[in-house]
Amino acid sequence: MTGHPTRAAEFIALPQRAAWHDQSLWFVRAKRDKAAKAIPEWESLRDAAAAIKAHTVANLADYLEEFERNAKKLGAVVHWARDAAEHNAIVLKILSDHNVKRVVKSKSMLTEECHLNPHLEAAGIEVVDTDLGERIVQLANERPSHIVLPCIHKKKEEIGELFHEHLGTDAGASDPQYLTEAARGHLRDRFLKADAGLTGVNFAIAETGGFVVCTNEGNADLGVSLPPIHIACMGIEKLIPKASDLGVFLRLLARSATGQAITTYSSHFHGPRAGCELHIVLVDNGRSTVLGQDDFRRSLNCIRCGACMNTCPVYRRSGGHSYNATVPGPIGSILEPARDPAKHASLPHACSLCGSCSDVCPVKINIHEQLLIWRRELVKKGLLPLTKRWAMSIGSAVFQRPWLYKMAGGMGRLALKLLPRFLVYSRLNPWGKQRELPTPPKQSFRDQYKARHGK
Amino acid sequence: MPRVGLFIPCYIDQMYPDVGFATVEVLERLGITVEFPEAQTCCGQPMANTGCTEAAAPLARRFVEIFEPYDAVVCPSGSCVAMVRAHYHEYFHHDLRYDALRPKVFELCEYLVDVLKVDKLPVRFPHKVGLHQSCHGLRELRLGSSSETIVAPFNKAKQLLELIDGLELVEPARPDECCGFGGTFAVSEEAVSCLMGHDRIADHLQAGAEVMTATDMSCLMHLDGLIRRDKRPLRCMHIAELLAGRPV
Ligand code: SF4
Repeated sequence: MTGHPTRAAEFIALPQRAAWHDQSLWFVRAKRDKAAKAIPEWESLRDAAAAIKAHTVANLADYLEEFERNAKKLGAVVHWARDAAEHNAIVLKILSDHNVKRVVKSKSMLTEECHLNPHLEAAGIEVVDTDLGERIVQLANERPSHIVLPCIHKKKEEIGELFHEHLGTDAGASDPQYLTEAARGHLRDRFLKADAGLTGVNFAIAETGGFVVCTNEGNADLGVSLPPIHIACMGIEKLIPKASDLGVFLRLLARSATGQAITTYSSHFHGPRAGCELHIVLVDNGRSTVLGQDDFRRSLNCIRCGACMNTCPVYRRSGGHSYNATVPGPIGSILEPARDPAKHASLPHACSLCGSCSDVCPVKINIHEQLLIWRRELVKKGLLPLTKRWAMSIGSAVFQRPWLYKMAGGMGRLALKLLPRFLVYSRLNPWGKQRELPTPPKQSFRDQYKARHGK
Repeated sequence: MPRVGLFIPCYIDQMYPDVGFATVEVLERLGITVEFPEAQTCCGQPMANTGCTEAAAPLARRFVEIFEPYDAVVCPSGSCVAMVRAHYHEYFHHDLRYDALRPKVFELCEYLVDVLKVDKLPVRFPHKVGLHQSCHGLRELRLGSSSETIVAPFNKAKQLLELIDGLELVEPARPDECCGFGGTFAVSEEAVSCLMGHDRIADHLQAGAEVMTATDMSCLMHLDGLIRRDKRPLRCMHIAELLAGRPV
């Protein structure tokens, strides 16, 4: 199989990389556990969040209209984009209308999803990601490998080298303090020169028309406080009905993401600053299709906390890039096949179905169940390799006939016993690459049972 | 006397018959007579987990037909019971026969703790044991509380192991991480699967385990395969074997 298994095996083949990556993310998971345990009502918070999201999604059209009305009242300009192309065109038009040459951007998975950066760069606009981790992957010309910790796949020595090359830091320097200072200096200059600031949106409030952006570095604040234009891009599922709902999500988000009680900055935006412009771009890009699917609707609950990645035993050992997707990990393996099933056909299978993601998810998405449903969809679409489908049909035919099953089982046990080792442990048998097969017993349970019970 | 049907998963039937007999012994010692309906083969999980629902459906229907005469069905595998209890609804939309059978299908530990209310076991096992928490039993059947959820901790398998004389439970650093078996995942994602398994083994060894046990033989088949290849000083035994008082 190509796809995820191949890329995962490559990651694992790098010396010590997977063990290090696994431990770094397990550390984040452990911090999450500690933070969640400090909240006795944690499980009811999750229930509340899931209920609010379910209610919002069920009445999305109404809430979107309410949000638009209220945002306009506050003086914002609201745009609607059906897909990524429309979104990119809208953003580019706003920027060109104002003759913008330099944009600073704080973290936004939506703009990653729409591939906004290359679109703007092709039009001659400089885009600088101001979140430190995002800036690092941008300099490395890579995509984020994690939605909250974009450069978690990079060791500090590699970041040191990258900064030496791009920012002129000392060769061989890897002290995080020193490197962060250098990045700050470099970014400060970009902030000062920017003509427009772009942000994502964590929560948009229908009742007020305002929205909230959560960051740890304060870069969203800085990025939109200096230039005269602020463009906020959001998926239509980011809505919540009331300002009073916000507390539920803010308490869950940072604890689930990093184990912090709350992100350092929760920046509230209600209309433009005096003399400035605020544009809000509402993007569908496939979300309304998912909204219509009973099996997958709950995936729209996602608040992009990244907890399912930190807990996923496969993600931790295969690295975010092995998913070859904007959103990697468990939730990405649901969202990405929805956009392009053929390209991402290996993702729903990059999962041992352990269910840890569903238990960790702050908004109670049944992630592992949806991955299983995706496997069914892939079969329907003819995207499961034929060999696997045949194997399963043959298996089923055998299991439907006890006499055949008995015979096949006996033959299998006998073959394991008689065949020479080099045949059993050939390259055609991935089981045997690192593992022994069980030693077959002489008789099956059913044969011995029958003998003992004299039937 | 309840009529108890024994559900022995296909790979236990073929490769680990003694796990089946250990299950029978544990139950008989507690005064339960079990019947093994010979028509049973496989619950259909391998097909369902690859998304081949059409191949799984006839096996699900057979299962219900074969086991519906019993008052209870007991099985030494959390994963196969989870297939029946948590995933069969896909093949039986509001089917009265399935709805009647569903709550009567038990994983072994669950049956011992919840139905038979076992509070002593006349067996001895003087060894350090690490319990590997097989995922489907843990997170789909809720045989115990998972480390992700913030609830009062409980664990049915542990509760039973603690009744065994001389047995010392050791605690791995990661209490319930997946071993990486995952059915066809073990083969299609061989590299990740084996690394996950190696990590579990290392964790149990550093905790001082001599024996690793679990409610699912499939996890142990994968782990034991890695252990034997690398000649690590660790034995794998199904929990039914410990409860039946089998020696190492
Ligand atoms: S699916 Fe759940 S756990 Fe994963 S990123 Fe979204 S909200 Fe967080």
